Amino acid sequence: MNLTLRIWRQKGPEDKGRMVTYQVEDVSPDMSFLEMLDVLNERLILSGEEPVAFDHDCREGICGMCGLMINGDAHGPQRGTTACQLHMRQFSDGETIDIEPWRARAFPVIKDLVVNRNAFDKIIAAGGYITAPTGSAPEAHSTPVPKADADAAFESAACIGCGACVAACPNGSGMLFTAAKVTQLSLLPQGQPERYTRVIGMVDAHDEAGFGGCTNAGECTVVCPKGIPLNTIGRLNRDYLAATAKNGGKPGS
Amino acid sequence: MDLYTEGDPIADTRAPEGPIETRWERRRFSAKLVNPANRRKMTVIVVGTGLAGGSAAATLAEQGYRVKSYCYQDSPRRAHSIAAQGGINAAKNYRNDGDSVHRLFYDTVKGGDFRSRESNVHRLAEVSVNIIDQCVAQGVPFAREYGGLLDTRSFGGAQVQRTFYARGQTGQQLLLGAYQALERQIGLGNVEMNARHEMLELVVVDGKARGIVVRDLVTGEISTEMADAVVLASGGYGNVFYLSTNAKGCNVTATWRAHRKGAYFANPCYTQIHPTCIPVSGDHQSKLTLMSESLRNDGRVWVPKAKGDDRAPRDIPENERDYYLERIYPSFGNLVPRDIASRAAKNVCDEGRGVGPTKLGVYLDFADAINRLGRKAIEAKYGNLFEMYERITGEDPYEVPMRIYPAVHYTMGGLWVDYDLQSTIPGLFVIGEANFSDHGANRLGASALMQGLADGYFVLPATIANYLAAGPFEAIDASHPAAVQARHDVEDRITRLLAVDGDRTVDSFHRELGQIMWEHCGMERTEAGLRKAIDEIRALREQFWQRVRVPGDGEGLNQSLEKAGRVADFFELAELMCVDALHREESCGGHFRAEHQTPDGEAQRDDDRFAYVAAWEYTGTGEPAVLHKEDLKFEYVHPTQRSYK
Repeated sequence: MNLTLRIWRQKGPEDKGRMVTYQVEDVSPDMSFLEMLDVLNERLILSGEEPVAFDHDCREGICGMCGLMINGDAHGPQRGTTACQLHMRQFSDGETIDIEPWRARAFPVIKDLVVNRNAFDKIIAAGGYITAPTGSAPEAHSTPVPKADADAAFESAACIGCGACVAACPNGSGMLFTAAKVTQLSLLPQGQPERYTRVIGMVDAHDEAGFGGCTNAGECTVVCPKGIPLNTIGRLNRDYLAATAKNGGKPGS
Repeated sequence: MDLYTEGDPIADTRAPEGPIETRWERRRFSAKLVNPANRRKMTVIVVGTGLAGGSAAATLAEQGYRVKSYCYQDSPRRAHSIAAQGGINAAKNYRNDGDSVHRLFYDTVKGGDFRSRESNVHRLAEVSVNIIDQCVAQGVPFAREYGGLLDTRSFGGAQVQRTFYARGQTGQQLLLGAYQALERQIGLGNVEMNARHEMLELVVVDGKARGIVVRDLVTGEISTEMADAVVLASGGYGNVFYLSTNAKGCNVTATWRAHRKGAYFANPCYTQIHPTCIPVSGDHQSKLTLMSESLRNDGRVWVPKAKGDDRAPRDIPENERDYYLERIYPSFGNLVPRDIASRAAKNVCDEGRGVGPTKLGVYLDFADAINRLGRKAIEAKYGNLFEMYERITGEDPYEVPMRIYPAVHYTMGGLWVDYDLQSTIPGLFVIGEANFSDHGANRLGASALMQGLADGYFVLPATIANYLAAGPFEAIDASHPAAVQARHDVEDRITRLLAVDGDRTVDSFHRELGQIMWEHCGMERTEAGLRKAIDEIRALREQFWQRVRVPGDGEGLNQSLEKAGRVADFFELAELMCVDALHREESCGGHFRAEHQTPDGEAQRDDDRFAYVAAWEYTGTGEPAVLHKEDLKFEYVHPTQRSYK
């Protein structure tokens, strides 16, 4: 099939950026979306133009490195699917496809479709862990975990940190990402000792990084390639409220 | 043969002698310690943030060292360990099915086709139990039974159920555990994290590894970072084949640059071809996707009995199907080790019984399991894998059998290390897939995660202290002549890559190199093929330096430049792989030389001539490498013809 692509080109953080139109011919429906971009880039290089910069790595939907707004949808039209796992059979011959980077205050553009998501790491560093220095762990079977809790913790832990939730949110909020980690760790007995300091620390870091607040728009969960449900944010709010109460009513640490 | 010369054998691996059960304990006791006040004065560089590098960086920082960590991805959480699916082995014997440290040790030595070092493998089996404890404490959501205890499943090459897992995303969950421990140390200011940085050179001063030269992939800035020791945890080199299950960015540059600086490269020809991957669909293909080995717990592998049978799989009656793994290997059935399953798939396809549009595929069929256990149970076990398969192929594996074919997955070879995981350059330690250490000629499933975390959490932190106890070493900075030279070399190479301005893209060269390697140094190798490959690689490498086109400049983000540097190193590695494969005139594990097979087509080892580790010393691009042999002694697991029948 033949496609018209309109791609965001931006030389660097200071450049204003613009949409540029390209034609791509002979696209196979078995190609992944990123392989289609590879074909375009090979052609651009040979014709002396700069290829389009885009982030990608594992190309099997688990590393979370790729992230494209495709026709206005984070990761494109197929639900539960990262851009690298999206295949061209989801599109039709002659279609025009808009490709843009994640757009959010907390994710500044580095070049073309590549953004800086370092803010996510800062949220984790502010409490998204269980303090268990190497060697200090008790026997694994000393604390049974009810299967339902372990399974629910896994569902939240499946987050790949791609940032689609932020890109889709009208407020540019990273609350689904933050809530996924809070939920995973607060469901497990091992996560209890730090439960309330964790949620305060992570939400503070989230706000400091320039993410917006959550207004329950729910766009995040729709685009989440791992299907993290909206009620994880409810869990976060509950823990946050409890933590604030323990903290004498003061939000934050 | 003029392709290599032979040097002195490696006499000492620093493994303690005596009873194997206490070697690690004795080594730990004899290792020198560094007191906490002195740890603060020492800096360790860790390159790579996968299971090995992430766990090592976090643990070293917890112990009080200053750590500088580097990865090429935008976050340490994205290292390719994240993509490991099936599980992690540990000798917990929670199943009461006869498992033990000794059995895990035995299975791993046998699984590696008697080409690994007994001392290392035993240590790995011992430490395996601590890993599970550590990960559970971190909040890794392993699969559990209804009673709240941990669940396990079977994996290839074992008859006990010792594989712990988190659905089909075990690597992700273990990596996030290590990543979170690392982020905690970053938050505490104990680790300086440098994401989107690539190591391009090792700095060696007075024979010791003292630093690295890195390029900031965002700004293009080249900088020299000094330290008291350097740890490479930069993964394997499967992408030399272009198509593999590795992430696109996986590369050999860090280890190859260290090799050029004097670190021996061991057993480069030992590559693992994984039997269950989604087949290639066309020329546009950029990578291959693994379908976890765990699927072979319930899926049955088959092809039609007749050649060229084009009927839809469901139309082929039971008695016209050949469940060839169950037929040839009745005691292990579909759970034979990877090397054996891969070669068997190749054989049936070579006979003309392959399936799918390219005829390079076999069926992995879940119909029996769905009938027996119900669709729900299969969904719970493998749901995410089935979805992934459907997204890529457009076929529903609940209805039609999966089509699978072997693909390059893992590299057992890597930088040579002693028992302390130190390379032949003092102060340069190598962990995880980047070293050659524990898997011999074939890695068993669910053992890579085990090794990465064993090295990073438990082994390296103990052994590196023994080295650092002699430090802090003389303070040197980036103005040291050796550091200046290393930096100059990096800048010069970038300038040369950009200056060629030819008429072919980096990817076109990489693809062609991959085809040569797959054809001649893949699942089956012959003397004639390997000689041909070496000639072709050399010719193509020359073409590369004359015709490659790298657009843009060295300032700022330039993904073509990143790829060009990596492919240039793959060219040099590829030649060494072929030389290694050519010199090893036997078949063992993943290294199958067509000239050396048993009458029924199994790998035929030659223990009299080849029971050694081949450690190669670099002498110059295109110059004959020097072979150093480390003899392998088997005191506990007696080498036999490996049988899974």
